[in-house]
Amino acid sequence: MPTVSVNKKQLFDLLGKQYGNEEFDELCFEFGIELDEDTTEEALKNNEEPELKIEIGANRYDLLCIEGIAQSLNEYLGRAETPKYKLTKPTTKLYIEQSSEQIRPYAAAAILRNITFTEKSYASFIALQDKLHSNLCRNRSLVAIGTHDYDTMEGPVYYRALPPKDIHFIPLNQTKEFNGAELIEFYKQPEQKNNLGRFVPLIENSPVFPIMMDKNDVVCSLPPLINSEHTKITLDTRNVFIDITAIDKTKADIVLNQLVAMFSRYCDEPFTVEAVEVVSEHNNQSRIVPDFTERKMETSVTYINSALGLEQTPEQIVACLKRMSLDAVKSNKSDDILEVTIPITRTDVLHPCDIMEDAAVGYGFNNLPKGEKLSNANFIASALPINKISDIFRVASSQASWVEVLPLTLCSHDENFKFLRMKDDNTKVVKLANPKTLEYQVVRTTLLPGILKTVKENRKHSLPIKVFETGDVVFKNNSLERKAYNERHWGAIYVGKNSGFEIIQGLLGKIMQTFRTEWIADYGAGSTGRGYWIEQDDSLSTYFPGRGARVMFRSKEGENAKVVGNLGVLHPEVMNNFDVPFAASFVELNAEVFL
Amino acid sequence: MSDFQLQILKKLAELNEIKSTAQVFPEKNSQEVLAALSSLNAHSKLNYVKSENIAYDLSNEGKDIIANGSHEMKLLSLVKELGKLQIKDVMSKMGADGKVGQARAFKSGWIVKNKENELEVSDKFKSQPLDTIEDETKILLQKIVDGETLDTKTINDLKKRKLITPRKLTDYSVTKGPDFSLELAKLETDITSEMVATGSYKDLKFKAYNFNSQGVNVSSGALHPLNKVREEFRQIFFSMGFTEMPSNQYVETGFWNFDALYVPQQHPARDLQDTFYIKDPLTADLPEDKTYISNIKAVHENGKFDSIGYRYNWKEEECQKLVLRTHTTAISARMLHDLAKDPKPTRLFSIDRVFRNEAVDATHLAEFHQVEGVLADYNITLGDLIKFMEEFFAKMGVTGLRFKPTYNPYTEPSMEIFSWHEGLGKWVEIGNSGMFRPEMLESMGLPKDLRVLGWGLSLERPTMIKYKVQNIRELLGHKVSLDFIETNPAARLDEDLYE
Repeated sequence: MPTVSVNKKQLFDLLGKQYGNEEFDELCFEFGIELDEDTTEEALKNNEEPELKIEIGANRYDLLCIEGIAQSLNEYLGRAETPKYKLTKPTTKLYIEQSSEQIRPYAAAAILRNITFTEKSYASFIALQDKLHSNLCRNRSLVAIGTHDYDTMEGPVYYRALPPKDIHFIPLNQTKEFNGAELIEFYKQPEQKNNLGRFVPLIENSPVFPIMMDKNDVVCSLPPLINSEHTKITLDTRNVFIDITAIDKTKADIVLNQLVAMFSRYCDEPFTVEAVEVVSEHNNQSRIVPDFTERKMETSVTYINSALGLEQTPEQIVACLKRMSLDAVKSNKSDDILEVTIPITRTDVLHPCDIMEDAAVGYGFNNLPKGEKLSNANFIASALPINKISDIFRVASSQASWVEVLPLTLCSHDENFKFLRMKDDNTKVVKLANPKTLEYQVVRTTLLPGILKTVKENRKHSLPIKVFETGDVVFKNNSLERKAYNERHWGAIYVGKNSGFEIIQGLLGKIMQTFRTEWIADYGAGSTGRGYWIEQDDSLSTYFPGRGARVMFRSKEGENAKVVGNLGVLHPEVMNNFDVPFAASFVELNAEVFL
Repeated sequence: MSDFQLQILKKLAELNEIKSTAQVFPEKNSQEVLAALSSLNAHSKLNYVKSENIAYDLSNEGKDIIANGSHEMKLLSLVKELGKLQIKDVMSKMGADGKVGQARAFKSGWIVKNKENELEVSDKFKSQPLDTIEDETKILLQKIVDGETLDTKTINDLKKRKLITPRKLTDYSVTKGPDFSLELAKLETDITSEMVATGSYKDLKFKAYNFNSQGVNVSSGALHPLNKVREEFRQIFFSMGFTEMPSNQYVETGFWNFDALYVPQQHPARDLQDTFYIKDPLTADLPEDKTYISNIKAVHENGKFDSIGYRYNWKEEECQKLVLRTHTTAISARMLHDLAKDPKPTRLFSIDRVFRNEAVDATHLAEFHQVEGVLADYNITLGDLIKFMEEFFAKMGVTGLRFKPTYNPYTEPSMEIFSWHEGLGKWVEIGNSGMFRPEMLESMGLPKDLRVLGWGLSLERPTMIKYKVQNIRELLGHKVSLDFIETNPAARLDEDLYE
């Protein structure tokens, strides 16, 4: 969830009250934002103005700046009305040229006329753009914002895409002119890595770069990278031209609406915005922007009451919604239907359930009557069968004095293969595309790496070390929708001065006995019924040659025996690969055969 | 019985009581004495009381005084013999001790100084024979040797004169025990099977046990604390009628992990920064239910089921990307889709691993366990969810919940659950909950009036609180200490979870 820093005094001034800590915390809690931090103590030491860090819902772009937070809280508190945003007729045009389709096809614009910035509101204007860029705009990949001093430009404005070499301008806060290619090189320098350098890959490999120019070919911006020095806005700017470029039209409109809704309050005529006529004939996107058309959504009193467990009158619901900036009126179609006007700032409202939630917040979650409808009596619970099998393994192993461990499922490729003296034939293991560290390259296909790593970390424990795990491994399977499946395994190790093979063999016997499976002599020839035996298997290279065996299981009379696991003395190379300076024996079974 | 033990018993028979073993057996050190006493005590031969005193040993100088008399007495004897002694010759005749003796002899009035700076015996003592003059220093030191108690001032004076040094003395006073005798029966340490069989225990004496002790370490297996807490949660779910979901599927498709849950395709949760994508295998199949897919597409792109949708170009390729599931809600979605074939009130839960491509620190791991409950019923309300959460958390001893509105892509309303943490003195978030969005459920084919509640929390957090684990890596994963697993107590969530 995004966190917004606001000036504490300024916010409390806007709310008309100097809140105590607990009281403000309470207000935030009930409204659904969270006071993360109050910097008062630190600020006093450094002689700075205290700030509040407020965590907001990820879908509430209208709360990304102090103006929006104060507006919404004031409406919630009944201290303010939802602003009525007005659009004035366009005086200029934005021509979108077809060339832009190659890189960022959508653009929009608006003009804030006769605005008066203060230092605080100017800083907030910049900060909101940053917040929008990093959240909704997905680090400028979907949408980018440019703001310009309109008095330095002459409309109409042109949005086109040009080869980098044909673009020449002085970028913002620079003194020298660059061409497009030089600009890329400039922002690729290491000192720009965490700054504008982050956005270079968005256009770097394109043969053309998007460019916003005025009537006289003065470059305003090269989105999504940088504005021009020429059109730079300052504290004294009175007329602001906002350009929006995007690959997602819906989000472009949302971003433009949020920006102008929040900052048109500082215009001589508050909440009034000058529209721009977009001419975009090649893709039928010609229109007047921004779009302030009021959105109406219908919902029903019955639905809201039924979802909240209330019996409110339409008027009571309307009052709750008003606190949440939603203007609802009874429809003339029916008494049960409410017609709700969604302000342009409330793009989070997608469905009547979003209105229902606001009705609940307006009422107060913690004031809702507690439901009595849910009785536990009519439901019969049951455990997942494989988890029941797991529990039998776990209880039997711990009764046999083994200690349960829970290593991670992800491990390095070497840990799953090379360190175990195994080769990856690419038929089994699931490989991750984007791990941050080598520790997480594959999903394990055996429990052994995690168990050995746990033993390594506990080398100082008294010997012998006896640990087990019951957990899932994952195998590929191309015939499945998800192309992979989990398999529940059980693995146990004995680590000591000696390999303890017969002890591990004994544990296997104990487990088998728990699952009603007797040992069968003579490699399965001793009986034709249910049972198990072990057979030497020299293909198991994790084990010392001649000391590895597969576990054979015949589930019932007449069934073919199948391999359900393996056991053996771990190869000394394996022990050294995992940095465990002892001898060890290991057993691993597929637990699912006992289902 | 050792000689010394017999010696003690005999002395006790003779004296009836030994006031100070240090005095009666000065040649034995206190450890030897204690060993003998405690052994005899175990046989009820005697009782003893320990006391800590200060004893004084004579310094070499002190010992010399006992043997040869004090410095002042030596000086007196010399002056008597010589008649007169030049003060300047005291040093040469008697060394530094002579000066000490001179000062004390003056003080006692034994000698005086004449006009020629010579020492002579004073008139008072001139005629008195030497052996009738009391040598006070020697007498005091003899009293120390005899163990007599001297006043503090005298002791301090002797200490200052470096004639005695203090020593801590452990002493015991001994009285007869109930079975006092000069013989010692052999005591048995243990009841043996033979004694049980023959009945010989009836005639034997047994050594007393020291109950102020711990037993030997029992070798045992142990279950992992995280799984013990998991079991507590499972039992809570079972007691409320919840069936365990088949959550054993770590590899998920973008479709079930995100799209089915109405998470738009550009949502930050789908970033490489947050989610593990899989490169092998690379591409998933789409679900077989084509109506469902077209509903999902519609609901994301243009809206459907009264929703206006997110209004973007929804791509099937994004659904077919394979990921390690970021939440078990992917499994819940599949179960809810199955429920659409035969919709009815249903209760499901899972406790299983989820994966996040996050930087690892004391509270974050790339893998952790999510506890999740899903409850479907007709026309249930947000008030029902609140009440149900109170009942659920009460079963783990957590009461007094508060609910905060929050945002989740797939639930609306969404509520964070807070409880008061006594230790931290503040409200802490203990879980997340909500009503699944109608767009999501109706896309699956579930009826409009079947509402579905869901809630979740991590398994690690309550476990870390319960077992006072500061670092998640010391709980889950290979860095756990086996000693910790072997010694941790039962989970019992209902007993003071947030102590």
